[in-house]
Amino acid sequence: MSFIRLEPRGQASKAMVYATPLLAVALTLLSGFVLFMAMGFDPLKALYSFFVAPLTSVRGLGELVVKATPLVLCAVGLAIGFRANVWNIGAEGQLTLGAITGGGLALAFYGEGGWWLLPLMVIGGAIGGAVWAAVPAYLRLRFNASEILTSLMLNYVALLLLNYLVHGPYRDPDGFAFPESRLFEADATLPILWAGTRVHLGALFALLAVAGGWLLIARTFIGFQIKVIGLTPAAAGYAGFDQKRIVWLTLLLSGALAGIAGMGEVAGPIGQITASISPGYGYTAIIVAFLGRLHPVGILLAALLMALSFIGGEAAQIAMGLPKAITGVFQGMLLFFLLASDVLIRYRVRFGARRAAA
Amino acid sequence: MSDLALIGPILAAMFAAATPLLFAALGELVVEKSGVLNLGVEGMMLVGAVCGFAVTIQTGSAVTGFIVAAVAGAATASLFAVLTLFLLANQVATGLALTLFGVGLSALIGQGFVGIPLEGLPKLNIPGLTDLPVVGQALFGQDIMVYLAVAAVPLVHLFLYRTRAGLVLRAVGENHTAAHALGYKVLRIRFLAVLFGGAMAGLGGAFLSMDYTPMWAENMTSGRGWIALALVVFATWKPVRAMLGAWLFGGVTILQLHVQGLGIDVPSQLLSMLPYLATVLVLVLISRDVARIRLNAPACLGKLFHPDA
Repeated sequence: MSFIRLEPRGQASKAMVYATPLLAVALTLLSGFVLFMAMGFDPLKALYSFFVAPLTSVRGLGELVVKATPLVLCAVGLAIGFRANVWNIGAEGQLTLGAITGGGLALAFYGEGGWWLLPLMVIGGAIGGAVWAAVPAYLRLRFNASEILTSLMLNYVALLLLNYLVHGPYRDPDGFAFPESRLFEADATLPILWAGTRVHLGALFALLAVAGGWLLIARTFIGFQIKVIGLTPAAAGYAGFDQKRIVWLTLLLSGALAGIAGMGEVAGPIGQITASISPGYGYTAIIVAFLGRLHPVGILLAALLMALSFIGGEAAQIAMGLPKAITGVFQGMLLFFLLASDVLIRYRVRFGARRAAA
Repeated sequence: MSDLALIGPILAAMFAAATPLLFAALGELVVEKSGVLNLGVEGMMLVGAVCGFAVTIQTGSAVTGFIVAAVAGAATASLFAVLTLFLLANQVATGLALTLFGVGLSALIGQGFVGIPLEGLPKLNIPGLTDLPVVGQALFGQDIMVYLAVAAVPLVHLFLYRTRAGLVLRAVGENHTAAHALGYKVLRIRFLAVLFGGAMAGLGGAFLSMDYTPMWAENMTSGRGWIALALVVFATWKPVRAMLGAWLFGGVTILQLHVQGLGIDVPSQLLSMLPYLATVLVLVLISRDVARIRLNAPACLGKLFHPDA
C-alpha cells in the first residue's frame, strides 16, 4: 500500500549511530536556510552570522567554551540517568539551586573569605543541586510519582525561589533596590583560565565530568548495571541489581553536576546572583545528551554545537536584527531531526510496494 | 456578608483558571487512552496561544482566532505524531523536543505581538440567573469557552465509553498488537488522537492569551501544560475526574491571588509556587496507589508500534 516502508534491520547499524547526528545537523541547517528566507533575510548571510561569524574571534571562541561548560556538566549527569531510564527533566532547577546554595555561601562569607571559599562553594552548589534532585528520587521510589513531572515542577519552584531571594534576603544592601546580589569578591570568583576571554575554572570541571562520566559508564560495575537496567529492566531484576540504588545514584549525581554548573555561572561569567542565571541550560542539556548519544565524549561535541546556537543567536540578533527566539527553534529542530533520523539505526528505508514474504 | 460576597467572584475566577487546564488535560487524556504519551502539551499550548492571539489581532475575530489556535495545536502535534508513530522515535524524548520547539517557535511568532492588549471575550450574562446571589456570576456569567471546556467533559466521556470509535481507541491503547490483528488501523487511530490532543491544547493556550490574561508574553503558559499532564494521572484517565482536578488547580491558582488580600503577609514568589507544589503533592497522593494506576493506565502507554515488526 505504502511506497515508503521501514524494514527492520537484523542488527542496529553502528555507522548510523554516528551518521544520524551529522544528518540532523545538516537537515537543521537546511531548514534554517528555508526559515531565514521565509522571514525575509538573506539566508546565507544569516546562517554565516549565526554559525560561523561567532567563531572568527578569540572572544567568540571563549564564549563558546563559557556556554558549553554548564551544558556539559548538566548533560553528562542527565545522560547517565537517561541510560537507566531515569528521566530527570529538572536540570534547570537543580542548576538554579546550585547557584542559590553555592552563590549563597559567597554572600554569607562576604568580606571574610579565603582560599577555602571557592572549594566550599563548589561543594555547596553540588549539595544544593543534589538535594533538589533527591526530591524526585524519593518521590519516585517511595510514592511511585513520575520523576518527569516532579522534577519539572521543581524547576518552576526553584526559579521562583531564586526570584524571591534576589528581591529579598540576597539583595545587595547598597544596590538601590535592584533585584540582584552584591558582586562576588575575588575569593568567591572562579579564576579565568584563558586570558582575554571569560573562560573560567568551570571548564575544567566540565572536562572532569566528561572523563568521570565515561569511566563510570564504560569501566565500572555500576555503569554496567545502569546500562542493563536501561536496556532490559527485567533482566536487571533477575540479576538482582538494586534498581532503587541506581535511581538514587543517577539523580543525585546529575543533580550535583547541575548544581556545580549553576554555582559556576554565578561565580564565573555572571559574578553575582541575579534573577536570570540561565538561558535554559538545563533544558538545552536534554538535547545535548541525546545529540551526544548519551556518551560523555559525544556530549562534549554536542555541547559545543549547542553553545554555538546560543552565541550565534545573540550575534545574529546584533548583526542582522534576527529575533533571539530563533535559538530555541534551531535547538528544537535539531532534536526533532535527530529523533527522526534515528529510525535509520534500526530500520532500512525501502521504496516500492511490499514484496511477498520471503 | 462581605465574606459571602467574595465567594461568587472567587468561584468565577476558579472556573476561568481551570479552563486552560481542562482543555489541555482532556486532549491529553484521549491521546494517552490511545496508548501514546505526548509530553509536548506545554509546547502545543504555547503555539496555540500565540497563533490564536496573532490571528485575533489581525482579523478582529475571536472565533477565527480559536479555530486557528486549534489547527495550530494540531499541526504542532502532527510533528510529534509523524516522529513517534511513523519514524518510531522515543515518545518521551520527542515530547520534550516538542515543548522545546514550541517554546522557541511561539516566541519567534509572537515577537511582534508583545505588549499589545486584547479585549478578551464577552461574558455571557443570562438575565435573572447571572444575578443570583453567590453562584450567579460563577455559573452563569462566564464566557463561552469556559462552558465549552465543561461541555467537552461529557462529550469525551461518551465518546470513549459509549461509542464504537471510542472502544476501538481504548482497545488500541490497551493492546495494540491485538487491535492490529483484528484489522484496526493502530497508527491512523493514534494519529487522529494525537491531533485531537494538539487541538485541545491549542484551545487551552488560546484561552490564556485571548481571554484569561488577554495579551501575549513569552512562555505565558508557565507550566500549565505540565500540570495538565499531571492532571491526567490524577484523573486516573477519567474525564470527569480531570474536570474535578482542573477545578482544584484553578482553586489553588486563585487562592494564591487571594491570600495576600486576606492580609496574610507572604512574599508573592512563594505564593506563586503553590500550583507547582500542589501538583507534586497530588501526584504523590495518587501515584502512591500503584495498583489503581496500573488498573487504569492504558497498558500500551508509551510503547512503540510497528506493523511489520
